Amino acid sequence: MSLLQTDQLLAYYGDFQALYGISLRLEEGETVALIGANGAGKSTFLKAITGLVKHGGGAVRFAGEDVSRTPAHKILAKGVALVPEGRRLFPSLSVEENLLMGGYAKRPGPWTLPRIYALFPALQAHAKRPATALSGGQQQMVAIGRALMSNPRLLLCDELSLGLAPIIIRDIYAAFPTIKGEGTSVLVVEQDTSQALKVADRVYCFQEGRISLEGRPADLTREQITQAYFGV
Amino acid sequence: MSDWINTIVQGVLTGGLYALLAAGLSLSFGVMRIINIAHGDFAVLAAFIAIALAQWLGLNPAEALLLTLPLMAAVGYVLQRYILNRALGADVMRPLLVTFGFSIIIQNLLLEGFSATPRSLYAGNFGTSSVTLNAQIAIGYLPLTMMIVAVAILAGMQMLFSRTMLGRAFRAASDDPEVVRLMGVDNRHVYALAMALAMVMVGVAGVFLVLQSNTSPTDGPQNLLYAFESVIIGGLGSLWGTLAGGVILGVAQAIGAKFDPGWGTLAGHLCFLAVLAFRPNGLFPKTKDR
Repeated sequence: MSLLQTDQLLAYYGDFQALYGISLRLEEGETVALIGANGAGKSTFLKAITGLVKHGGGAVRFAGEDVSRTPAHKILAKGVALVPEGRRLFPSLSVEENLLMGGYAKRPGPWTLPRIYALFPALQAHAKRPATALSGGQQQMVAIGRALMSNPRLLLCDELSLGLAPIIIRDIYAAFPTIKGEGTSVLVVEQDTSQALKVADRVYCFQEGRISLEGRPADLTREQITQAYFGV
Repeated sequence: MSDWINTIVQGVLTGGLYALLAAGLSLSFGVMRIINIAHGDFAVLAAFIAIALAQWLGLNPAEALLLTLPLMAAVGYVLQRYILNRALGADVMRPLLVTFGFSIIIQNLLLEGFSATPRSLYAGNFGTSSVTLNAQIAIGYLPLTMMIVAVAILAGMQMLFSRTMLGRAFRAASDDPEVVRLMGVDNRHVYALAMALAMVMVGVAGVFLVLQSNTSPTDGPQNLLYAFESVIIGGLGSLWGTLAGGVILGVAQAIGAKFDPGWGTLAGHLCFLAVLAFRPNGLFPKTKDR
């Protein structure tokens, strides 16, 4: 049984159809990357899984359970946490309060405040500062920490590298082995293809709301990826 | 000289009542971004519920107050959860119009049930006795109690907001209603709790209002105005600023009324306009422009 399995998932924004039947699976312990151009539907797919976008047809199963119509505020309790695109930290809360909000549902597990600070030592010194006063990279660390505080079985990461310097991106991805070491499965959405190929066990390429390519990074050629990415 | 001190002391104590009214208003604005036009009418509703309970069940004012508060909390929860939540969205006018409707409904229900006669809740000796400091200065037990209760409630709110999970959820839901749901927070429930809390505060204020003076079913909008003025004078988003705003308004009214009983309300409005003109963000603003 896959940890996450979607079958012919559809999603709409009003009259605009964003997803045209996405069938994807992710096994427990696996790291899967979704790549694709802007507007290919990657972020929408994450929103559809978490219930932020209304279910438009098809099925989403998490750990065998149908979660297609689970509202957004109940998805975390099942073990799915999202690091949203653009971080979306709570501006009126301090760094520590943002992290504590991640633990709101009180799901038991390995991640606690001290362990988040051990994972991202840069955050400890800023614990009492407003979260949005930090640098972009540090804010991204808070966003990941906030998601981890819920002890998810599946961590969804939307565009972690967006707007960050390469050296900062490297620092952030350096945390992944520790996160995966706790048995957490990870689904990353990345526009930075080389970064995605580096961390992922398997890759799906999205193009205009459909899956255009799937495979292990080692089995895919650059030409295949370019073809699937741009559709030329 | 000391009768001036007396005037100012009375004004300060009235400020406690205004601060309570204002804190409820700023809570519902702060968390849900709802401007509750019916806020003052809810205070009057609480007052009349307390009067009715005191009459029917033969309760003393303290018992009536304690019984009124859970009722107000329930009213707040239900109205937010099942009516106001549906009106939330990009358009700020919709919840505004809904609360405007509440205002009309409450006033007319109270007129129907209690007639237009102003009423008060009789607090017995407690309502009229005072601590006498000297020949001119006497501090009434009732206004003093009101101030102490107001400070205690505001301190409790401050603790709730800064120290508890629910308080953090209130602030987070205000910041980003979408992402807060991904933390496992049911924002409709959290909004309803915030409104319940606002109604408890407004309930306390309403009961003290009728203990202190005659109140008629159509007095709501006037109380709303005082609450608005306190919030603006104090500065949005700051609880202690709200208390200061209430006190400043109370003192201004007391001083105005000292010159001429008809000038009290006017002096309060002038003070409010002066703050708007010179410090439009209020005296102790806490909110930042985002």
